[in-house]
Amino acid sequence: MAKPTPEINAGSMADIAFLLLIFFLVTTSMDVDKGIQRRLPPMPDENQKVEAEQINKRNIMVVLINRSDRLFAGGQPMEIYMLKDKVKEFITNPANLPNLPEKKEKNIEGFGPYMVSRAVVSLQNDRGTSYEAYIQVQNELMKAFNEVRDEFAMQHWGKKYAALDETQQEIAREAIPQNISEQEPREVTKTRR
Amino acid sequence: MAKFKTKRDKGLKPISTASLPDVVFMLLFFFMVSVSFRQTERVVMVKVPEATEIAKLERKDLASYINIGTPLQVYQAQYGTDARIQLNDSFSTVEDIRDFVAAARESMSEADRPFMTVNLKVDESVRMGIVTDVKQELRRCSALKIMYSTRKKVENTSF
Repeated sequence: MAKPTPEINAGSMADIAFLLLIFFLVTTSMDVDKGIQRRLPPMPDENQKVEAEQINKRNIMVVLINRSDRLFAGGQPMEIYMLKDKVKEFITNPANLPNLPEKKEKNIEGFGPYMVSRAVVSLQNDRGTSYEAYIQVQNELMKAFNEVRDEFAMQHWGKKYAALDETQQEIAREAIPQNISEQEPREVTKTRR
Repeated sequence: MAKFKTKRDKGLKPISTASLPDVVFMLLFFFMVSVSFRQTERVVMVKVPEATEIAKLERKDLASYINIGTPLQVYQAQYGTDARIQLNDSFSTVEDIRDFVAAARESMSEADRPFMTVNLKVDESVRMGIVTDVKQELRRCSALKIMYSTRKKVENTSF
């Protein structure tokens, strides 16, 4: 009988495969795209003159970041951590104060009448504002609106906004519209560098 | 006695690891398929800012990317250290965005076009002037769905 052919040792195969695996894990970038989603307003048509929409002064809150990243909201200087509560108070107007936005009753489909706030947050920035400061302010504004929607959802369905189903989210979006307007670019700081 | 000895010999036979490479290869293939390679080489330095109110991009195939930041060290002799726009693989100007958006639209199917998202990867130190220019140009091209790319904030720090 001839010598039986020796079995090839496949023990190191696993090591080679592991090496390949680790190489791929290290070299590939697994970055998931995350970020703040916004919708830009469409460009106004040049041919037709849009009549400037008259917004009552009490309904508008100007959030301004100047070129040294200082924040002004509602006409007073402010720190970034104060902004969220200020905006929340502005859009909810819990005590129905006359200097805060008015509310208008609106019949929401599938929900019934609700006093929808007519608040508009106007975000203005300078060309010299840093992007980081801008994103922080955007983030705080989003947080304010998200928290108000969460409270609304909690009150009516006992769930957070994210846990609602599609139609309920639609209702919540309609009850608390996210009116953040960004002005046409202009020089905020008067003195030029 | 002899009976026990044979039994023990049988038990000491090594466990076959022949299927281990198969398992590892399966893992390897899984990662290779699921991972998306970065198609474009970055020519600008981008460190996106932090935020908490973030959403995930649902359809990666419908996104086009605009990077804004300082040119990499190698390109600084040629392009300087001022913030520049990167479209695809090369340095571009605001005027190039129109063609870039048109090309991105062209490559999508008719049904997907309204859902096109422009993902702005902007370095946190960039001034808003250039970002505003880009946004205005995007409005002109009516690419209105945008996303400011951010990192998830690790902990709640007060400023």
